[in-house]
Amino acid sequence: MTAENTVKKPLRRKKFNRRQNRIGLAVMTIFAAAAALIFLMPTVLTIANSFMSSSEISANYGSVFSTTESGGKTFISEKVNLKFIPDMVSFSQYFTVLFKSPDYLLKFWNSVILVVPIVIFQLAVAAFASYGFARLKGRLKEILFFVYVIVMMMPYQVTLVPNYLVADKLGILNTRWAIILPAVFTPYSVFLLTKVMKRIPESLIEAAKLDGAGEMQIFRYIALPLCKSVIFSVIILVFIDYWNMVEQPLILLSDESLYPLSVFLSRINSGEIGLAFAVATIYMIPTLLMFLYGEDYLVEGIAYSGGIKG
Amino acid sequence: MKKKGAKPDINKVRREKKVREKPPKASLKSKAFPIACIGPSFIGVMIFFIVPFMVIFYYSVVDNPINKDFVFLDNYISLLKNSAFKKAALNTLKFSLTSVPLAVVLGLALAMLLDAKIPFVSQFRASFLCPMMVPVASVVLIWQVIFHYNGTLNEILSKFGIDKIDWLKSDKAMIVVTVLFLWKNLGYNMILFLSALGGISKDQLEVATLEGAGAWYKFFHIKLRHLSPTILFVAILSLINSFKVFREVYLLTGDYPYDSIYMLQHFMNNTFRSLDYQKLSAAAIIMSIVIIVILALLFAAENKFGEDSE
Repeated sequence: MTAENTVKKPLRRKKFNRRQNRIGLAVMTIFAAAAALIFLMPTVLTIANSFMSSSEISANYGSVFSTTESGGKTFISEKVNLKFIPDMVSFSQYFTVLFKSPDYLLKFWNSVILVVPIVIFQLAVAAFASYGFARLKGRLKEILFFVYVIVMMMPYQVTLVPNYLVADKLGILNTRWAIILPAVFTPYSVFLLTKVMKRIPESLIEAAKLDGAGEMQIFRYIALPLCKSVIFSVIILVFIDYWNMVEQPLILLSDESLYPLSVFLSRINSGEIGLAFAVATIYMIPTLLMFLYGEDYLVEGIAYSGGIKG
Repeated sequence: MKKKGAKPDINKVRREKKVREKPPKASLKSKAFPIACIGPSFIGVMIFFIVPFMVIFYYSVVDNPINKDFVFLDNYISLLKNSAFKKAALNTLKFSLTSVPLAVVLGLALAMLLDAKIPFVSQFRASFLCPMMVPVASVVLIWQVIFHYNGTLNEILSKFGIDKIDWLKSDKAMIVVTVLFLWKNLGYNMILFLSALGGISKDQLEVATLEGAGAWYKFFHIKLRHLSPTILFVAILSLINSFKVFREVYLLTGDYPYDSIYMLQHFMNNTFRSLDYQKLSAAAIIMSIVIIVILALLFAAENKFGEDSE
């Protein structure tokens, strides 16, 4: 809600200024609307296309998807026809996905079974660790926190090599654990939560101690409730990140039947392109719901991530 | 517990500062719980990131994991001579150099747009954030339809008499990837800027307005100055995100992209396939050094600019 807060009322003295201002405002609004349209378009189109029948899809996009595997350009005639509104709304794609081709649902389940444990356990580990980081002081802690930041910032090109090595040694390569375990200990949420835990006033903790609260009670009944909203935002941020995963399964899983939908979607063959839109839409639903209900948390979480110092 | 009473003991604080590494025994007791909190996370980070990373460093300076003959920099030299690595590094660098400035400038532009008093601010904000929440895999079909040789964009261009361009299979592929990257990441940057803009003192802007300062003057002399730490942070965050663009490229073009968008992660994937530990390790170490240097710059800059970037 930062945007609205900053809206203020400057005193305009000249009428001319005011009119100029109004034109400027109109231009800016049009700009914003055009940008918003571009940002929304791919998502809206995907959803709209999921309600087309497969014959309509192949009529519209046959020329694009029929040759993607061969890579050649044998087609000449057909045109693409990107449409916002289907000729006839049809749920046939959804029907096929949900009742006739269990493969997609299985991949969806693969995503769920990877992402949900990651989110839960990463948050649990991070909640404790961030509390610890916030309470401790001293050089050693600062160095350790800096190490966490470095690990957090490393791209997958770097972290996948250690992950692969460990998974290999532990014998969990090509199992879900190879993805879940390193993800649980990824310091990302420690980093975000430490920032907010640090804002808990020392005096509050001291007061609770004087009242006879144990350390665990302080953590459970004072620290956690105070961080509730940031915990929600971290849940959202971690969830989208892993819901989107591509790199980890490609390297850590060789059995394609374990692949999450995020990887599998790009491999749908041309014959099932109509289904792909429906599957893609189904895949968006969890994150879109989170967005609808948690937009403010998301914004707060992002704002918190500014600056890398703990 | 007793010693950490309600009154802050200045002498004690001073003493602790002097002997930070070895805190007095009494405070160790009160530190026990925070340390225990960090425990699980610390062990996990050690097992999955730090220790294997050291092993990788070791691998990068020996000839192979069985012989273990020390070869010093040979692996690095052969990696730097490897044409695939050079191509991947160069492409990644090119991509970063174009996309990062755009991500900063356009992110700031969107934030300024929403910070002006235009109507529908919260709707616009939601639409700019939306791509972040949509799994790339879900919308990649639409991107393929738009940028395919027979796709929508070429259709539109042909109406203006522009020849068809094979967007995904020519040097233009970099443009497509950049667009996709910006589409995905601008919302995040925008929020960071918005929260920084919200932190600028209203009084100062008001005074400037009363003194007759124009919008441009206020932007360059007040806002930009306040935003400079955020600009730096966003730039570095975008830089680090730009190393992760493989995800989009992979979903868009699969395992074998056009040469111009062959990224470092493609190189890593191929090296993983042949399980060349020496090459993998050397590459991971080189990349992590680059990231650490970038982060060190950020830390130095944050220290210099103070703490107003949060």
